[in-house]
Amino acid sequence: MPNMSSEKVKMPEQDPIKRGKNFDEVALGYTLEQAIEEAKRCLQCKTKPCVSGCPVNVPIPEFIKLVEEGKIEEAYKTITKENALPAICGRVCPQESQCEGLCVRAKKGEAVGVGRLERFVADYYMENVKTENEEIEQLDIKVAVVGAGPAGLTCAGELAKKGYKVTVFEALHELGGVLMYGIPEFRLPKALVAKEVQTIIDMGVEINKNVVVGRSITVDELLEEGYKAVFVGSGAGLPKFLGLEGENLNGVYSANEFLTRVNLMKAYDFPSNPTPVKIGKKVAVVGGGNVAMDAARTALRLGAEDVYIVYRRSEEELPARLEEVHHAKEEGIDLKLLNNPTKIIGNDEGWVTGLECIKMELGEPDDSGRRRPKAVEGSEFVLSVDTVVIAIGQSPNPLIRQTTTGLNVEDWGGIIVEEETMETSKDYVYAGGDVVTGAATVILAMGAGKQAAEAIHKKLLELQV
Amino acid sequence: MYKIVDKRQLNKDVDLMVVKAPFVSRKCEPGQFIILRADDNSERIPLTIADYDREEDTVTIIYQVVGYSTQVLRTKEIGESVKDFVGPLGQPSELKKHKRVLGIAGGVGAAPLYPQIKKLHEMGVEVDVIIGGRSDEYIILEDEFKKICHNIYFATNDGSKGKKGFVTDVLNDLLDNGEQYEEVIAIGPLIMMKAVVSITKPLNIPTAVSLNPVMIDGTGMCGGCRVTVGDETKFACVDGPDFDGLLVDFDECMRRQNMYRDQEDHVCRVGLEGGQKNA
Repeated sequence: MPNMSSEKVKMPEQDPIKRGKNFDEVALGYTLEQAIEEAKRCLQCKTKPCVSGCPVNVPIPEFIKLVEEGKIEEAYKTITKENALPAICGRVCPQESQCEGLCVRAKKGEAVGVGRLERFVADYYMENVKTENEEIEQLDIKVAVVGAGPAGLTCAGELAKKGYKVTVFEALHELGGVLMYGIPEFRLPKALVAKEVQTIIDMGVEINKNVVVGRSITVDELLEEGYKAVFVGSGAGLPKFLGLEGENLNGVYSANEFLTRVNLMKAYDFPSNPTPVKIGKKVAVVGGGNVAMDAARTALRLGAEDVYIVYRRSEEELPARLEEVHHAKEEGIDLKLLNNPTKIIGNDEGWVTGLECIKMELGEPDDSGRRRPKAVEGSEFVLSVDTVVIAIGQSPNPLIRQTTTGLNVEDWGGIIVEEETMETSKDYVYAGGDVVTGAATVILAMGAGKQAAEAIHKKLLELQV
Repeated sequence: MYKIVDKRQLNKDVDLMVVKAPFVSRKCEPGQFIILRADDNSERIPLTIADYDREEDTVTIIYQVVGYSTQVLRTKEIGESVKDFVGPLGQPSELKKHKRVLGIAGGVGAAPLYPQIKKLHEMGVEVDVIIGGRSDEYIILEDEFKKICHNIYFATNDGSKGKKGFVTDVLNDLLDNGEQYEEVIAIGPLIMMKAVVSITKPLNIPTAVSLNPVMIDGTGMCGGCRVTVGDETKFACVDGPDFDGLLVDFDECMRRQNMYRDQEDHVCRVGLEGGQKNA
């Protein structure tokens, strides 16, 4: 019997007041019974619109059918044929604009909870099933992957499945990229990232941490050393600033620094962990994406009393996932919409004391299709804050483009690739993820890594014949 | 893991450590730095490269014990390892083939100055060096510098070696005596570099300084190390660490460097090379 309820089976969550004071995961996940009940809401449509919305083509109705039948291990294998990081994707994908956005059930009520089900399957499998690695026939061909984030790890995993000798080079001391340094524990537990990353290493991928490609070794040198192809998934690790007066005052962070201190260096556990983070009582986060929501909710958990999101458009245009905006509001984050910062104000000792903003109104749609915000003249006011976090996006890190010969890049720094193959202007060099698109989502980066792996495989096969 | 192949204490506060790190040793140039983590629970500490040996795959670092993580580092013995050691980071120094250059170092600032002076010496540049410290005991790398310098001068706070006073007192003496230098390279505490620049700027002597602000990743990602140089904001980790001293906003640097002082006094210091506080 299909479940015709117009609403998703509720997923248990931590109480908003309580969770604002801890870093434990907010959403607690389905039980087996809840998952089966939700799976029954899937109509198993022949046209599968959901799949066309998935950047990595997870066979969604198939795995949901298996959940309904209680065959979780098989459901897991069905997902991981296409997606190596389901526990992560089930948590951080913007489902409402992908699979769930196209779900037939969404026309009358809520979409099937594809993300929740994916998360359930991955968690259940990791907890209850012992993994066995399949024997893979090894090829004697070396491929290098730059960056152990979602794009690089996916590309590495896909190539390892095909038998390539893959070496991943990572600049930081942990694997996972933005999954480790960026996305907070309460949204994506780090132990889970480590576990899911381990499944990729277990495929025989070699890992070289603490290697900054572009400094420790260059892409050209990797090719000279016998790597037959190089995939660059170095992400968008260069924070954007507003260029405002007062931006170098003490108490002004890029979201990257703030979140890296807390997530990667565990500053939330200071002084048990030696890396500190300075968080005041009143915090303004500038920006409206997932990173801004993460920074605001992190500040709250570190003890800030008033946390504002300052965003120049309206709630409708917020680029963050719906669920995150909803969670942030529940926790008491104050959305200062239609406001744009104009100046950061400091005291004599150089510490932030306020953020001057100007009110905005929306005009005609701009190139992005969103209504263009315009300043309301004379409407400046000062938000009294002692910490400002700038979360207006990142651009690609320049080290690789500066040190690789023959690599064509966009004016803003993104590496230019062939859309289908992710091949760059340089032979045997591929790129994907945020280094190509600018800051985007985990799943798009994974999709790019996967596409590149296919293209690399095809290219290197041609070479052998 | 990165094996410690040599280690010795240079004075009460300062250690020298030689670490096996092939990716760094093969590539590094004077002026560049590394980031290390002593163990799983340590901070990421940026330290300038004091020397390197491409054949032995080793890199020499010199650090001042000032907080939790450098204390952990001090407990590591020859044969043991440090957990993470990444680099080389930053831009190599732009060393010009001048006739005559003056190097000025305060405290452990002598460590990053050394490879630059060594390279200049190899390039045939005549180099004088002023080294400052709290007392005789805190003067490091004296023998190494003597081998490559034309003249070497000392300044100590208590007068136990060289002139009693600051490196800037020696600098003033030299300039008063009519000594001429095409460039000054000053590395040490911010307050020292600022004082040097206050002398060289009116005389228009090009002055390179090496900044070591708070940073996390060292690859341009966190933006914590931003400094104002001229009218621009620069990231010390990817645009530096060397900058035109005549253009650096030292007051802003000092302010930003003290951002975590109260917490550091509590348990640790983050991302700061020791000598910048003292010497």
